[in-house]
Amino acid sequence: MTCSEFLKELTDYLDDSLDERTRVELEDHLAWCHDCFVVCDTTKKTIEIYRDSQLYELPDDLRTRLRTAIVEKCHAKKAGPQKA
Amino acid sequence: MNTIQTKVGEPVSDELALVQAAKNGDVSAFEELVRRYDRNVFRIAQHITQNREDAEDVVQDAFLKAYGNLGQFQGQSKFYTWLVRIAVNEALMRLRRRRPERMVSLDEDVKTEEDSMPREVADWSPNPEQQYSQAELRDILGKTIQGLPPSFRTVFVLRYVEGVYTEETAEALGLSIPAVKSRLLRARLQLRERLNRYFKKRQAGDGQP
Repeated sequence: MTCSEFLKELTDYLDDSLDERTRVELEDHLAWCHDCFVVCDTTKKTIEIYRDSQLYELPDDLRTRLRTAIVEKCHAKKAGPQKA
Repeated sequence: MNTIQTKVGEPVSDELALVQAAKNGDVSAFEELVRRYDRNVFRIAQHITQNREDAEDVVQDAFLKAYGNLGQFQGQSKFYTWLVRIAVNEALMRLRRRRPERMVSLDEDVKTEEDSMPREVADWSPNPEQQYSQAELRDILGKTIQGLPPSFRTVFVLRYVEGVYTEETAEALGLSIPAVKSRLLRARLQLRERLNRYFKKRQAGDGQP
């Protein structure tokens, strides 16, 4: 497996959706290719850091305000003139 | 290896019952759906629009649009996938309004050799995020993802932050699976390279970023 072939398979590898044979080939490549090992490792970290970052969490007070507004408007729609 | 975990894991049958009840006029059933997904919709909206007020509007408008169109939801896809599609469209519409000078499209996928291959291979410290305070880290991550084209940050946030499966991401965005994978590859590479300057292992004599 070449480095560019490795990169092509990386998405499926991270998804754990590769067939057994390709996964073994890829892990064999990772065992000796330091650059691809680093790319794979730092890519996993990139994903984990974003996933765990709580970036753009919805604050509780805003959450309540938005939900109240949505529910009020849903009730208003329900009470409004019905389409035939 | 660890697989990517999903943040959205409610039982589908239970969800379909809520959708059915909401279709029959039960607003409290719809409110439960709002409770389940409002945080997800807000995160997605803010990742795409990069604007807090717009993200708030997207949450309201996406849920109201979903409520008004529940009759058209046939249950062939998950309610969440259907809702995400509505929310992404609302978010992109707002982004276009704010940036009329720039074309904003999910079809944007400029392919060059440079952005599909790593340019810099730098190893990171074992727990690079721990070098920064929570506030500093959020600032770094926010600035970094902001620099990506909207189509890249949309697929990245859906797949990796919200844990939507690749097939469902494709369905929600109206893209093919290869198109989603291509954007994911580029988004990951670009983010990783932009984060290098903050997270890479320091050599003796290196200055701060």
